[in-house]
Amino acid sequence: MLKVQDINKSFGEFLAVNGADLTVGEGELVAVIGPNGAGKTTLFNLITGQLKPDKGRIEFMKEEITAMPPFEICKKGIGRSFQLVNIFPRLSVFKNVQVAVISQQKKSNILFLPAQGMVVEETNRILESLGLLDKASETAGSLSHGDQRILEIAIALGNDPKLLVLDEPTAGMSPEETSATMNLIKRLAEERGLTILFCEHDMDVVFGIAQSVMVMHQGRTLIQGKPQLVRENEEVMKAYLGEE
Amino acid sequence: MNMRMMNRKYYWVLGAIFIVLLILPPVIPRFYTYITALMFVTGLLAMSLNMVVGHGGMFQFHHAAFYGSSAYAFALILAKTKLPLWIAFIAGPVLAAALGFLIGLFCVRLTRLYFGMLQISLGSLLWAIVFRWYDFTGGGDGIYGIPMPPFLSSLTSSYYFIFIVVTICLMVMYLSFKSPFGTTLLAIRDNPQRCEAVGIHVRRHQLAAIVIATFFAGIAGDLFVILERSVFPDLLFWILSLEIFIMCLLGGWFTFLGPFLGAAIMVSLRTFVGIYTEYWTLILGVLLILLIFFLPEGVMGLVQEKLGPRTSGSAGKAAE
Repeated sequence: MLKVQDINKSFGEFLAVNGADLTVGEGELVAVIGPNGAGKTTLFNLITGQLKPDKGRIEFMKEEITAMPPFEICKKGIGRSFQLVNIFPRLSVFKNVQVAVISQQKKSNILFLPAQGMVVEETNRILESLGLLDKASETAGSLSHGDQRILEIAIALGNDPKLLVLDEPTAGMSPEETSATMNLIKRLAEERGLTILFCEHDMDVVFGIAQSVMVMHQGRTLIQGKPQLVRENEEVMKAYLGEE
Repeated sequence: MNMRMMNRKYYWVLGAIFIVLLILPPVIPRFYTYITALMFVTGLLAMSLNMVVGHGGMFQFHHAAFYGSSAYAFALILAKTKLPLWIAFIAGPVLAAALGFLIGLFCVRLTRLYFGMLQISLGSLLWAIVFRWYDFTGGGDGIYGIPMPPFLSSLTSSYYFIFIVVTICLMVMYLSFKSPFGTTLLAIRDNPQRCEAVGIHVRRHQLAAIVIATFFAGIAGDLFVILERSVFPDLLFWILSLEIFIMCLLGGWFTFLGPFLGAAIMVSLRTFVGIYTEYWTLILGVLLILLIFFLPEGVMGLVQEKLGPRTSGSAGKAAE
């Protein structure tokens, strides 16, 4: 479904991503792992268009999407969340998701009809499945950190994506919140038949649920394969534990 | 439930104000009729700026350029051609919106402060043209005694005309504020990057907002000419842009009607304090400092807080 080939991105002298490859099959739950600074976030930003690659090719559903602007990539069916909380802090929780649904249904340009009654059902369904419905009228900026992270995912779901890209969905969460979020992600993948690509630097979190794991190190892809295979790989051990 | 009661209270207050304004002209002295009409015009201008600044989060630093251009277009057509009033009335806002589109086209490509700087320079260019092109625009003298058709000949009839047009404009603005377009605009203000990631063409949306806002600024420009029968280059000067900006801040730019209130306060200050001292801006300055410290949500923010239900935290009110 998604295919990233030999992609490069540098910031000045620094090669953030240096020859990364990634394949995501339809319906898969794929994790990208790697130590801090391995280039995971940069890779995701390249996939969803926030950054433009220097070199390489990205294909989604057999169509090239390399260097397209983010809003067009979103329209192709890739939704995403961000590593740092990235919501609409002054809008209500309901509106945060509603804006995405409105955009998905191409209603953003309607000028003379009230938005109030629009796409309410769809929005509430998403909020309900993520357990945010009772907080719908609260201001998004006043939610707890954990809830804001979940809201991130809710906004991404508002676009009804085929592929959901989650950049460290559990960043800054307590261990309990982390496992709850991981269960949520797993459930979403099953219920909605979503393909999910996410990244994480904690290996234990990943191996429980991912069907395929890609390991990044210093901007490079070390290996991609089944969790078992990756766990036993020597190079991966080195990257994580340092060379001795 | 609470929300609905608050809305009802709102409508009662607005309805009462509407009726008072409707029966005002025969009751009060001419001078006050004029000042009230001036508040309407300035209020509409401030509201149009707030569509871009408060709701859109863009640094529209030279909004007066569009207001003034429209006023000049309207005045010039009336003074120099025999075209009917309505054509002149539409030509002004259309010109303003066209200029808004042209200038906006470059501005939305820049971020924040650079957006504002570019707009000041391009807007000042318009001012310079009007100021220097003596033969056509009357230069620094402006144009006086613009002829008006009979139905706008008296101050009272101008008052009603302005009142009706402003009311219609505010209703249309409110519709668009509450529409998906308006909601999306608020989302862009809060977080443009996130908007891109949910499939919104941010720049195009911003540009559309600028065009709509400059169109309304253009209508305000028309109305000013109807009230004053004259135009002068100060209408396009950056000081006026700054004043409109302050009106939005004063009234509360996260609210809908706030800028209108801000405009009314500014016009009153200039008129009534201006009688006693030419340093009325000093009082304005003190007011602004107090405002920033005690009422960061503006005067309208305070009114909404008093009228509406208590919410936790100051962020609750703005989100509605």
